[in-house]
Amino acid sequence: MKITFIEYNGTAMEVEAAQDGTLRDVALDNLVPGIDGDCGGDCACATCHVFIDDEWQAKLPPLSDDEDTMLALCDDRTEASRLGCQIKLGPELDGLVVRTPEGQH
Amino acid sequence: MQANAEIQSVAAERAYSVPLSEIDVSDPKLHQADAIWPYFSRLRQEAPVHYTPDSDFGAFWSVTRYKDIMNIEMQPKTFSSEAARGGITIMDGNEVATLPMFIAMDPPKHDAQRKVVSPIVAPHNLAKLEDLIRQRTAERLDELPLNEEFDWVQEVSINLTTKMLATLFDFPYEDRHLLTHWSDIATTLPGAGLIDSEEERMVEVQACAEYMTRLWNERVNSEPGPDVLSMLAHSDKTRNMSPEEFLGNMFLLIVGGNDTTRNSMSGGLLALNQHPGEYEKLAANPELVQSSLVPEIIRWQTPLAHMRRTANTDIEFAGEKIRKGDKVIMWYVSGNRDERSIDRPNEFIVDRQRPRQHLSFGFGIHRCVGNRLAELQLRILWEELLQRWPDPMQIEVTGQPQRILSNFIKGYESLPVRINA
Repeated sequence: MKITFIEYNGTAMEVEAAQDGTLRDVALDNLVPGIDGDCGGDCACATCHVFIDDEWQAKLPPLSDDEDTMLALCDDRTEASRLGCQIKLGPELDGLVVRTPEGQH
Repeated sequence: MQANAEIQSVAAERAYSVPLSEIDVSDPKLHQADAIWPYFSRLRQEAPVHYTPDSDFGAFWSVTRYKDIMNIEMQPKTFSSEAARGGITIMDGNEVATLPMFIAMDPPKHDAQRKVVSPIVAPHNLAKLEDLIRQRTAERLDELPLNEEFDWVQEVSINLTTKMLATLFDFPYEDRHLLTHWSDIATTLPGAGLIDSEEERMVEVQACAEYMTRLWNERVNSEPGPDVLSMLAHSDKTRNMSPEEFLGNMFLLIVGGNDTTRNSMSGGLLALNQHPGEYEKLAANPELVQSSLVPEIIRWQTPLAHMRRTANTDIEFAGEKIRKGDKVIMWYVSGNRDERSIDRPNEFIVDRQRPRQHLSFGFGIHRCVGNRLAELQLRILWEELLQRWPDPMQIEVTGQPQRILSNFIKGYESLPVRINA
């Protein structure tokens, strides 16, 4: 499956992803700029913050309380905000477009 | 570093011969002597959630495994940080540590106050500071003596972190040593050299309060600026803080931005000297500074040895019955050496895979807000050092470090160094 990451400055990067990991794993494996993923994928650090636009939001798992709590730490949170570690990849997300923030902390 | 090997072997013998129930990892002398490691290693293996019924810091639980610590950090409703319940360090009587500050608050107040400070140290804001930090770092390094022994802690680590703090606060530059002094005052144990009692601590704290209040009043009455004080003074969320809250948050930012980075600046050099093969690897490939050296230094040093929570309710955790009101100590310094979560944890590896996965910044809602600033300062330091003195072991540690007497601040009083040029 394919995923496109678009940096805050508009640079796009298309990567080939296996269907058994999370969005965070794919980003780290491909050294996608703007994703740190410090905690190891446990929804504990909010440094895999990404933006996913409306047309894809419906296909994502719902926001859990933990994810909501951690996203609240992100300065630049919007309606499109999600944590990459909470998004398991599957065939329904083939072609997913993800925007990354300027930085994570 | 022969002396250190001896310390470790004596400590190991002792750590495995005392009855488990008598182990007290809060003893600051064990931390100061660098003799704490085998005690933690034994606890992780034999009693990962361990109770010490009596110590100089009262009764407390020790949580020593990486995953258990993360688990506790993710339950802020059950494990409170609130100052009124005991706050965030093992020490109960420290008047500074029990001041209200957002690191020692539970939601929702915590969330609102953290949000004000967070953008100041966000990566896009830090990018504006990078040139200034680099310039100040470079100036300092160019002044260092060559081919003679000097104290790295004083001349590099303290010098640079003090300048950085003054920059962040827009603090009068000629008085900047006061910031370092107040930070030391906040965290020291009475009797460790700086103060002899809590009363003496409060006299110094009062002086800090007066100074910072004066600056605050100046900033409130001026146009909003990009410094921390001005941002706090002009935000709806913090403009009306009580005097105690104001003081608490000042100390949080002073200590948070000082000791941690300072001791990582010293610890990184010590680690490289203790691992000459890694120093060689780094010298051959300075690109490693950004990708993995900096987070590995922060893991290896773990500048804050612990954080404390207090149980809000009776709870069974990892098979142990923790009672409401119990003091729970999360030993970051142990979690960062947990072989269950980190590959070869006792080794310092400059090109470690996934080096960012460490506990030093904590996890969950209280995760270090200044983490990227700390990383930026360390990155610039090592880029500038390697540019000037690129050969392995050229910056040579010439003797044993003197460590701080503390179970909270894991760091150095002094570190003798010689730059061979």
